[in-house]
Order: sequence, then structure tokens, then C-alpha cells
Amino acid sequence: MNLSPLQLCLLFSSALFCIGLIGALSRSNTILVLLGIELMLNAANLNFIAFWRYSPTPGAATGVMFVLFSIAVAAAEAAVGLALVIAVYRHQKNIRLQEANRLKG
Amino acid sequence: MHGRRTAFAFIESRIENRKSKMIALALIALVTLGAAAIAMSLRNLIHSALLLIGSWAGVAAFYLWAGAEFVAFAQVLVYVGAVSMVVLFAVLLTRQSRAELTLTPDSYRRVIAAIVTGGAVLGVLFGAVLSTDLKVASAKPLPPTVRVLGGELMGPYAAALLIVGVVLTVALLGAVVIASTERDSTRGARSPGGPATEDAP
Repeated sequence: MNLSPLQLCLLFSSALFCIGLIGALSRSNTILVLLGIELMLNAANLNFIAFWRYSPTPGAATGVMFVLFSIAVAAAEAAVGLALVIAVYRHQKNIRLQEANRLKG
Repeated sequence: MHGRRTAFAFIESRIENRKSKMIALALIALVTLGAAAIAMSLRNLIHSALLLIGSWAGVAAFYLWAGAEFVAFAQVLVYVGAVSMVVLFAVLLTRQSRAELTLTPDSYRRVIAAIVTGGAVLGVLFGAVLSTDLKVASAKPLPPTVRVLGGELMGPYAAALLIVGVVLTVALLGAVVIASTERDSTRGARSPGGPATEDAP
């Protein structure tokens, strides 16, 4: 089997995505779930860069631009998510997802 | 004869070069995936946060490998620098005792269901990638310099840049509001909305 470099990059990013998915689904600690989601976002960014690197139109910087904006939005998402974790901890003194099933009260 | 020999040497060096690039990619992938997998299976939160920093650094190394230097530095600044600090602070702010840093193990049913789901998704993705005939351009795209990126950001992407600035500002203000609202024991006594108090968490 002859794999092109683009396919290797895509396999790498899909493996990273699945590790993040398994972490987000299996752990019950809210911070670890958020970290799994961050891993999935990073895998998506890897795809952007891989397709930009092996794109047939050289010189276009669209992939790089997309990753830059994606990183900015991911930073905002991480800040809001961890603030929510702290708020949930204030309410019920732990951050297990099974017990954080109420939005109010 | 001479020309043929140099052409052969050129092709050989290209193949050698390509092989070393693939080996570098394999090493980067190994480090990144290994760090991420171990981080997701550890029971100590601090250890997994620190391992995830290694995984993000591996992603930055992949960006460098692919020739997107500016994105690599942005990744290092944002993830290795900022997000990891926020995560560590969240870990330290949401524990009650030293013993609580090691988590109680999750239920096996949940873990097995997650692994089955993740494996299925992995199988679908691998099958899709391997069975697709992707057209790979032979020419390497020019790595955009910071000058080119700045011109693009100020030109065609100016509106997106402004919107991202607004999104970041609103999100960070919202994060401060959410994290700093102290819940009083007497309900309704707190001020409606707004960054209520300046109390230390």
C-alpha cells in the first residue's frame, strides 16, 4: 500500500480526534472533558494545515488564515468553559458531570 | 552518462529527503498521540494537564513540519502558554484537598462504551481516508511570510479579524462574569448580572 503524505497527515489527525473523543466521552471530570474537546479542535486544525500544505493552488494562505481564526475562537472557548467549571464548582462543590445536571439552583 | 548519474543522485536524494520527512512526521505523530492517549487515561489531573501540554507542543511541531511557522508560534503562545495555565488554575481552584487530585475511577461501562464509539469513528475515518483518491500537488506551496499574512489580515480578512476581536472580548468578559459571581446564601440579594464582587475565589 502506497500512502501519500496527505493521507498520513489525515490519519494522524483522525487518530488525535478519536483520542479526544474517547476522553471526552469516558471521563466524568469536567476539566478532562474540556481537554478532550480541545484535542478534537486541534485535530481539525491539523486537517486545515495538511490540506493547505498539499493544496493544488500554491501561494494561497487560506488554510493558515482559517487555523489562526480557529485558534482564536478555541482560546475564547477554553476561557468560557473553564469559567463555567469554576461556577459549577461554586454551586455544588465538585465538578463531576453526573452531579452537574441542573443549570439552576 | 554524467547527466544521467546526477539525475539519479538527485532523485535518490529527493527520495532520501522524503523518507526523512516521513520519519519526522511519524515521530511527531507518535509523541503527540502517545502524550494525548496517556493524558486521557491518567487519574491524576495535574499529570494529564502537563502531558497535554506536550501533546499541544507536538501539534505545534507538526505545523513547523508543514511549513506554517506563524501558526506554530501562535499554537505555542495560545495553547502551550495560555490555555495550559488556565487549565492548571482551574484544576487548582476546583479541588478541596490534596487527596482529591487523584480521581475516582470512572465506571467501566462508560469507558467501554466510549472506546467502542471512538473505535467506530476511527474505523470510519480511516476507511474514508484510505479509500479516497486524494490529489496531491507535487509543488510545495510557498510558506506565507508574516508580511503576507499581515497584508491578508488587513485586506480581505479585515472584517473577520474585527469580529474575532469582538468575540474574544465578549468571551473573556463573560468568563470573568461567570467565574466571579458569588452566590449568596440569601437568595436574590445579589446584584442582577454584572461583575458582582471583587472577591478572591
